[in-house]
Amino acid sequence: MITKRIIPCLDVRDGQVVKGVNFEGLRNISSPVELAKFYSRCGADELVFYDITASSDGRKLFTDILCETAKNVFIPLTVGGGINTVADFDRVLKCGADKVSVNSGAIRNPDLIGEAAKLYGDQCVVLSVDVKRVDGVFRVFAKGGRENTGLEAIEWIKRGVANGAGEIVLNSIDTDGVKQGFDLEMLEAVCNAVNVPVIASGGAGKIEDFITLFKTLPKVDAGLAASIFHFGEVAISDLKNEMQKSGIPARI
Amino acid sequence: MTAIIDYGVGNLFSLVSSFRKIGEEAVITADPALLQKADRIILPGVGAFHDAMEKLNASGLVPVLREQIAAGKPVMGICLGMQLLFDKSFEYGEHKGLGLISGEIRPIPSENLKIPHMGWNALTFQNGKHPLFADINEGDYVYFVHSYYAADCDSAVIATSEYGIDITAAVAKDNVMGCQFHPEKSGEVGLTILKAFCRMKEGALC
Repeated sequence: MITKRIIPCLDVRDGQVVKGVNFEGLRNISSPVELAKFYSRCGADELVFYDITASSDGRKLFTDILCETAKNVFIPLTVGGGINTVADFDRVLKCGADKVSVNSGAIRNPDLIGEAAKLYGDQCVVLSVDVKRVDGVFRVFAKGGRENTGLEAIEWIKRGVANGAGEIVLNSIDTDGVKQGFDLEMLEAVCNAVNVPVIASGGAGKIEDFITLFKTLPKVDAGLAASIFHFGEVAISDLKNEMQKSGIPARI
Repeated sequence: MTAIIDYGVGNLFSLVSSFRKIGEEAVITADPALLQKADRIILPGVGAFHDAMEKLNASGLVPVLREQIAAGKPVMGICLGMQLLFDKSFEYGEHKGLGLISGEIRPIPSENLKIPHMGWNALTFQNGKHPLFADINEGDYVYFVHSYYAADCDSAVIATSEYGIDITAAVAKDNVMGCQFHPEKSGEVGLTILKAFCRMKEGALC
């Protein structure tokens, strides 16, 4: 049986992990390569590297780090951030990325999904969407959640899948950072609309939030989080053990 | 030395890295002389069957691959590379494969299941425990990404994974082997499988 995936997300700027990291016995690790190795040992099913660099020097540093990671970590790697053209896909795929996540780049140029899917296959194209309720409607936000695009989220996601996106990362701005659990209502709406894997993001604060997620919405394929893993609030091995105890298929 | 056949399909960075990680020399090559010199050969592949088969034929490497297989050299196809070993595929029409393992490639039946079959799934060994799996356990997880699967190949199946139906996870016929999953993306379990493959030599599979 296929397992539910647990995915830590690493924000990388100028070659360093952005959010602080504070594990017992592993303090102040800022090297993305070391952190990726650590997560892989702990049982992470996949890693997301998110490039939040603005400068071109930083971008080069990011791809160098990606290469170094792919030389040492042998689980799937998804790369996002700054993906605006198929040349950006090529740049990160050559460095060992397996999947590439598009967000603002697809909003600016909706053809990007289709072009990339044709070149690299649907399985390679991940559509990442930041969604927030505005007057009771799910709206797509751009620029890291600062700008309402006016796009209705479910329609946007359906269109992305029709164009070739092979996976959806749904980040609820409403629950992000609140640590009171994933946005089950929003996730259910997306799961009912598409038949590709859906990754839940935004809101996890504790192990039970993942259990509730997978129990309530069996159609969700994976849970993604950043700071709760980085700060050691949730250890991936504990999370996996709890999932297994609760009858949720997990790779241990 | 392990030769990874370069015929313009997919990106081989992780694959070559995984061999280096386990201390095995690996080269990405389209040079027939290197395929002859290698101790073993990997046939990689991602994308669509027809396109990959065309590129493999155009590379001119099929005769030397067949010659090396006939000589007993261990060969492993990975993902689409495994599918190319079969007689034919029904991905976007009907297309002829290498015919090294009998059977055919069909779409995964998709009722109630997400396609592609993407993620970590457990291995169930079939037809005994193949030497490739000497150092792993039944139930270990490996990483899959595919929408088509190998069917009608019962005698060659060495492992399956459950995804609505029994998906062919790995096959072997003498010195020709194939993994539908990605050993280079399957963590320690995957590296352990590659290590077992690297112990194999012409005429000695375990």
